[in-house]
This record gives sequence, C-alpha cells and structure tokens, in this order.
Amino acid sequence: MTDIEAVRAPRKIVIDPVTRVEGHGKVTIRLNEAGEVEQARFHIVEFRGFERFIQGRMYWEVPVIVQRLCGICPVSHHLCAAKAMDVVAGVDKLTPTAEKIRRLMHYGQVLQSNALNFFHLASPDLLLGFEAPVARRNIIGVIESFPEVGKWAIFIRKFGQQVIAATGGRRIHPRLCIPGGVNQNLSVENRDALRKDVDQIVKWCCEALELHKSFVRSHEKLHESFASFPSSYMSIVGADGGMDLYDGLLRAIDAGGKPIFAGVRPADYRDYLIEEVRSWSYMKFPHIRSLDRENGWYRVGPLAQLNCCDFIGTPIAEAARKDFMALGRGGLVHATLAYHWARLICMIHCAETVRDLLFDDDLQGTDLVVTGERRPEGIAIVEAPRGTLLHHYEVDDHGQVTSANLIVSTTNNNEAMNRSVKKVAVDYLTGHEITEGLLNHIEVAIRAYDPCLSCATHALGDMPLIVTLEDADGAVIARRLKQ
Amino acid sequence: MSSSGSGASPPRETRVLVLGYGNPGRQDDGLGPAAVAEIESLGLRNLTAFDNYQLNIEDAMDVAAHDIVWFVDAARTGPSPYSVRVVSPQPIIEFTSHIVRPEAVLAIASQCYGASPQAFLLAIRGYEFEFTEALTSGAKANLSAALAMLTERFRAVQAQATSREAI
Repeated sequence: MTDIEAVRAPRKIVIDPVTRVEGHGKVTIRLNEAGEVEQARFHIVEFRGFERFIQGRMYWEVPVIVQRLCGICPVSHHLCAAKAMDVVAGVDKLTPTAEKIRRLMHYGQVLQSNALNFFHLASPDLLLGFEAPVARRNIIGVIESFPEVGKWAIFIRKFGQQVIAATGGRRIHPRLCIPGGVNQNLSVENRDALRKDVDQIVKWCCEALELHKSFVRSHEKLHESFASFPSSYMSIVGADGGMDLYDGLLRAIDAGGKPIFAGVRPADYRDYLIEEVRSWSYMKFPHIRSLDRENGWYRVGPLAQLNCCDFIGTPIAEAARKDFMALGRGGLVHATLAYHWARLICMIHCAETVRDLLFDDDLQGTDLVVTGERRPEGIAIVEAPRGTLLHHYEVDDHGQVTSANLIVSTTNNNEAMNRSVKKVAVDYLTGHEITEGLLNHIEVAIRAYDPCLSCATHALGDMPLIVTLEDADGAVIARRLKQ
Repeated sequence: MSSSGSGASPPRETRVLVLGYGNPGRQDDGLGPAAVAEIESLGLRNLTAFDNYQLNIEDAMDVAAHDIVWFVDAARTGPSPYSVRVVSPQPIIEFTSHIVRPEAVLAIASQCYGASPQAFLLAIRGYEFEFTEALTSGAKANLSAALAMLTERFRAVQAQATSREAI
C-alpha cells in the first residue's frame, strides 16, 4: 500500500517514514540544474556489525552461527563458512560423500530460493505485465491467470526445503557441515522420498521457463531495454569453465565477454578485488582492482552465472543456456530483466543436479570427515542464489576467530543496482512527481537483483521502500513511501 | 513440512497454528521463535507451532491446514507489552523476497487451498536489535505477558472443544 501527503512548501512532497530509516530500502534520485536525472542511489543497510559478532567465536561454531545472517539464504552462509573452515582445519579435499552431500544441500537451497524470487516476487510483473492494475499485480493475480504457477511455486519451494532437511537434519537451522566434512550422509529413506518427486520438479521448472519466455516474446523491446546497460560480470566457474555454483575459480569478464581475470583461487581474491567505502552508504562497493572505480564494478547473480560460464553440465539447462545466449546476438546478455530468465535456467540446472546426485551411491558413504593441520586463515566462495558470496576468516592459535570479512551478493551488486535505478529514473521520471508508475518501475528493477536488506531481521514496522527526489542542491522535492 | 493434512475435510476439533518468526541472533528480533519454544513446551492438544527466520510462501500450506493461526513477530514500535490485530488475506508484492507478510501468506492459502482460517498478528514489543543472542529484559517481560494471554486463549479453545465432545 502506498500513501502520499503534501506538506510544507508547494514543491515539496514528503512522507515521513513510520519508523527509523535503518532497515529501509531507500532510493534517492538527484536532479541537476537542468532538471535532468544526475544521480540515483539505492541505500540499504546490511551486515553492519556482523563481522564483529563472529570475532571471538571458535572456528568450528561459525558455520552454524552464520546462518543468523539471512532468513532466505542461511544455507549459503552455512556452506560458505564451512568451506572456509575446511581450509582453517587444513583440509583441501573432502571425502566424496561429504563433498556430494554438501553439493546436494546447496543446489536444493538455490533451487528453492530462486523459486521464491521468480514466482512470488517477479512473476506478477513478468506474467501480468507492468501495466496490469496494482491491485491485481501480485501472486494472487498470477495464480488467477495461471493457476499452475501457484502449484509450481509452493511445491518447488517445498522440494528444495525437503532436500535441505534431508541433508541437514532439519528444514530450519540445518547442521550438516563441520570443518573438514559433514555430520551425516543421505539416508536411503530420504533419498527414495526425494527421488519420487524430482522428475516432476525438473518438469515444472522447464514449464515455468517456457511460460516466462512467452512474456519475453511479447515484450521483446521492454525486456531488452528496461533498466539495462552493458556491464562486466563475475562468478565462480568450475576448473573446466562449466557452471559450478558450489565450488570453483573466480572469473570476471568485461561487457564484450573478454576475460578480465580467470582461474583465480578464492584465497587470492584480494589481489583482484578491492572494497571501497563511501560516505553515504553502510555497504561496501567492491570493484576490480586492476580497473578504476568507475570501470571496475560488475554484476553477479544468475545473469553473471550464465554469462561467465562456458557451458552447463546438465543437458536440459545447457540447451536452455544456448537458447538464452542467443539473446546476446553473439555477445553477452545485458538485459536486467534477463536475470529472471537466467534464474529459471539455474533452477533447471539445480533440479537436474539434485536428480543426478540422488542416483549417486557416494551419498550413502560413511567416510564423512577429513582432518588436517590447522591454518590461521580460511577463504571460500560459493555462488549463492543472488550471486557470488565470499567468507574470509582469520583464526588464532586457540581456534578463536580474530577477524572476519564477508562480501555478500548484494554488496557485489551494489553499484549495478544504483545504475539500474538511475536508468529507470532517466527513462520514466517526468517532472517532479514520484508517480505510482515510477515507484513500481524502480521496484521492478530492484527485484531483478533481489537484494538482502539487513538480512534476517524483520521486526514489524520495517522494510518499506522510500523514494526521494532531490534538486541539485540536495533539497527534497518529493518523497514517496511504499509500506 | 507440516505435521497436518491438506485441510480438505472439516476438522473435528479446532486446530491452532502458531508461526513465530524472527532472528534469535538479533536480540529482540528473536521474540517470535522464543514464543514458539515456550508454546511447544505447553504440550497442548491440536496446537502446532513452527518457527522460522521469516515467513515464506509455503507457510500457506500449514496455514491452510488449521482453523486459527497466530503470527507472532517482534515489533520495533507500538504498544508494550504487545498488540493483537486480526489479519485478513491481502496479496502484497514487495521489492525483495526478504519480506513476506502474514496477509500475503493468508492470500495464498485462500487462493491455492480455499482456506480462510481466523488469523491474528501478535506483535510483541522489542527494544534492541543488534547482533546478540539474547532477549533484553524488557522483551522477556513482554513475552511473558503475551504468552499468558495466548495460553488463556488456547485453553479456552480447548475447553470449547471438550464441551462439544461432552455434548
């Protein structure tokens, strides 16, 4: 629900947020002297203080503690921290059972998280159209028009969570990983239960992709241009260049598809990335060290995962990838709305990978943990649902964490989100009014990235989106709040 | 995921669901899960309680399988020790998947399963939301008051069911 109230001077439209600004998504659009959009900023609060929270904890506790970071991606943090602590434990290679059950958990997690984004968040705009009435442009409107979507949404989510529960012992707060391995294998009972449903899940993911493509076909120009711009991309890929969401080497490519760097081990990330702090945001702005601040930013997430990999190792997703890359006419795909298409392909890949793993007998192995000689530092990267996630820890001789640094997907996409919001403002702002249409278009752009906002804290009264329009001197012209 | 069925047939007894959500690693944001832990310990018949970091769309399945649903969340603002309001289905789309509101869950339960349970939002007032794993003393006191109210209501529902059985 949105509301608007005119107060004070005639040109100033203000809505006061009902609660403190922390935790809000806040967009500020600044005009220049000529009244044109000069700058757009998307301010969010994220992970402030969490690194300090981890300090002093024993290193083996961390994979469990970091699940507190995010209500949507606790599993991604659990696995990334576990990989980092494998390094601290002196373990470079897990047993096949440990490696594969972690992968199973990760792909189940990415599947269900991407499903939430697409079906609940994105499908109303994409399947009903931006122009659909606000009252109808929601998941219920989608289900009314496409009854099967509700079924897909709930059961794909449920299946992903069943994978998490089967591998981690529980749906919430799973405790699969320990440094150097895992606590359990996959029971035959759980394996057989998941096998019964997995073909249907693959099929539904494919049907969802076809439904989405029908939207793209009927909105080709909008799909290509909305909030879009050429950019660099970054993700991990497997040693063979194939898509690998659990483990691999960092690759960054420029807007033309040429490598900026490739084959970078997670442990060497500081040689290739630099994290910049800006006065107006709590979030860091990472960029590629060899390039300057203006040119070194990049995008992560499903679109980057598709653009960066050379192939996908599962057949249906690989066919879908080839079809998708044709959008780039021989180059990369830069459309911001293409995040959703890419997300659906990742879902298919996840479902296929889960299916493959469910027929791998290594998952019933009993060799679960490897030990090694302790090291003082651990760095690891996974591709979380929203993109590249990095955990970096230093541990003292007593096993206590002395420092932690996390670069989360939303941080990696920080600059890109600002640019998408600016593109929307340039294309859709007319005059000095923040219209319902402009607010919605800004939301559509942000939804493509699906940012985490001060993750896992959702007390009532938080999380509205506030859009403020300022003149060249920074004076507020208009403000609109969605609550 | 749910311990209950699909809700296709009418219930013999009133089934109550408590969904408490929030992050126990962020001080008073953990009021919802703390409430669930306490409620589970009561061992009341026909009462199911789940906790999570946040609401999700699949919670609609559990909601649809119950007659009364209590959403329990921490509140940054508002009255102490708690407030209660009736919640109705309302499809709401956000700008991030990190927000799913009770109204949206109820709307999905209604649309997908034809279920319209009575639903309430219990907002327990919290005060501190930093990275610490403990409720503040003020939040603990508010939780106790909220649980006393909830327990009384649950027992009233059970008493009604028992009297119907006796008849």
